[in-house]
Amino acid sequence: MQAETISPAVSTDLVHPKKHSKLGNLMRELKKNKHYYILMSPYMLIFFAFTVIPVIISIALSFFYFNMLEFPRFIGWQNYSRLFLNDDVFMIAVKNTFLFAVISGPISYIACFIFAWIINELSPKVRAVMTLVFYAPSISGNVFFIWLIVFSGDRYGYLNGFLIKWGVVLEPIQWLTNEKYILPIIMIVQLWLSLGTSFLAFIAGLQTIDKSLIEAGAIDGIRNRWQELWFITLPSMRPQLMFGAVMQITGSFAVADISIALAGFPSVNYAGHTIVTHLMDFGTIRFEMGYASAIATVLFVIMLGTNMLTQKMLRKVGE
Amino acid sequence: MATKTLGVLRAPRKLNRSFTVSFLLFLFLAVFGAFMVLPLIYAINNAFKPLDELFIFPPRFFVRNPTTDNFYDLVALMGNSWVPLSRYIVNTLVITIIGTVGHIILSSAAAYPLAKFRFPGSKVLFSIVVMSLMFTGHVTAIPNYMVMSWLGWINTHASIIIPSLAFPLGLFLMKQFMEQIPDALLEAAKIDGASEYRIYAQIVMPNVKPAWLTLMILQFPALWGSDGGNFIYSENLKTLHYALGQITAGGIARAGVGAAVALILMIVPITLFIISQSNVIQTMATSGMKE
Repeated sequence: MQAETISPAVSTDLVHPKKHSKLGNLMRELKKNKHYYILMSPYMLIFFAFTVIPVIISIALSFFYFNMLEFPRFIGWQNYSRLFLNDDVFMIAVKNTFLFAVISGPISYIACFIFAWIINELSPKVRAVMTLVFYAPSISGNVFFIWLIVFSGDRYGYLNGFLIKWGVVLEPIQWLTNEKYILPIIMIVQLWLSLGTSFLAFIAGLQTIDKSLIEAGAIDGIRNRWQELWFITLPSMRPQLMFGAVMQITGSFAVADISIALAGFPSVNYAGHTIVTHLMDFGTIRFEMGYASAIATVLFVIMLGTNMLTQKMLRKVGE
Repeated sequence: MATKTLGVLRAPRKLNRSFTVSFLLFLFLAVFGAFMVLPLIYAINNAFKPLDELFIFPPRFFVRNPTTDNFYDLVALMGNSWVPLSRYIVNTLVITIIGTVGHIILSSAAAYPLAKFRFPGSKVLFSIVVMSLMFTGHVTAIPNYMVMSWLGWINTHASIIIPSLAFPLGLFLMKQFMEQIPDALLEAAKIDGASEYRIYAQIVMPNVKPAWLTLMILQFPALWGSDGGNFIYSENLKTLHYALGQITAGGIARAGVGAAVALILMIVPITLFIISQSNVIQTMATSGMKE
């Protein structure tokens, strides 16, 4: 019933009754669609110059030894073999990054949707305020410092002060230098901060749902809100769900700033080390750009794979 | 349709909730909301704390004796600055406004054909855009600098503005929303003789207003918080964020001024956020996309 609104657009222009040579066909296609190319050209020109070209250079650099002083020297797959065979810290970083991706990624994704879904039902004025409230951490700029005060290892820390006052602990706990606590704390702060891009996209997406679909659903025998959510709301906003998934993947695999702000760089025994902090270590401190590029390329491949899996799962929504 | 809901909850469209469920949801939102808004309240309180309260133990969340000293100190400090404050503000506004408006226009213009039509290269181009989101920016800094210096854009505002016009996020967001526009609407416009450009400007864009208002909320703070990056080194081209950052770099003695700065930097994006959010609601109340 909702198939019309979610199926990808198919242009009828594509149907060719006559057969032409391949090149001739392509030329005709290009000419017929020239308006589309014109519309896209300013964006694509800038996008390729400032995003695609640097990425391609970076991937190429991953096959070089490049210390930013000498001219890059080609070394083939050596960066990669070193990364996988001779770098213990990288393995810690991969483990931590996957923990983020597996735990805080999905939780944050689902939380984004649930909050958006509830907030969307509020009256317009309350909705605007609540959206701001939930988006506040993302909009507040550098707000890590608040968590630094909360989790500070001395008695001045809010959490320690609170626990001591209530007699839970007798002496302050070193939250951010104790291996046991670092990762969970970073995850909590990451979750708290992550209600950003996908949350806003969901809110906007919920507002573009065709109301007549919901009315039609009621006639077709939708009994409760859960059925409405699964059979109407979710399928109708599949484009936004896909967008949110990509945002969550890029966000949770690239955790770095929070780890550095809270646990230091490098963190105690690499307890908060992630792939991106590992990359920053080599890129900005040791000036091994080739190696850092190899790390970035590996991360890129991991994210692409995760994204393919996620998109497959999302296609099942509403079936 | 009889509706019985808690004061703030709007009557659901068809399926009604019981009072208890509404109340529980409200409670749930209130608890999490308090948790989320904490930094905002803390930042506001901090900006009005005198120095002795900023360092007090046990740390206090709310201010006891509010003072505006921090702001006066800030003004006094800025007065000694080599480049007048207005210069930084103008720089920031130029970057932010051109970058945001341009980004919305360019990315949606590129998103429209990708969302609604298939033509040679359309699929490849879109997947390149999505894939580029997954490549971390930390290693592209050097290639980026190389591109900038080939173009001779080092130490110009163009080095900040132009790349921001084509951030991949905007195109992805706009494309996802434009997919939902009914084809019938576009075909009807085409039959009426509208050109592709006109369809884009007069039919597609108004229909995805929530999307580009969202994009504005995302892009604006990103540029507003820009400190000039690696490309700008002339003092009179620097941004407000950079100038205020320099002040707080003064260390612990500037803690009060730092709190004032944090609040000032926050206010503009938040104001914009509130304005645009209430706008989204207004448009959606009056217009509906129907097939």
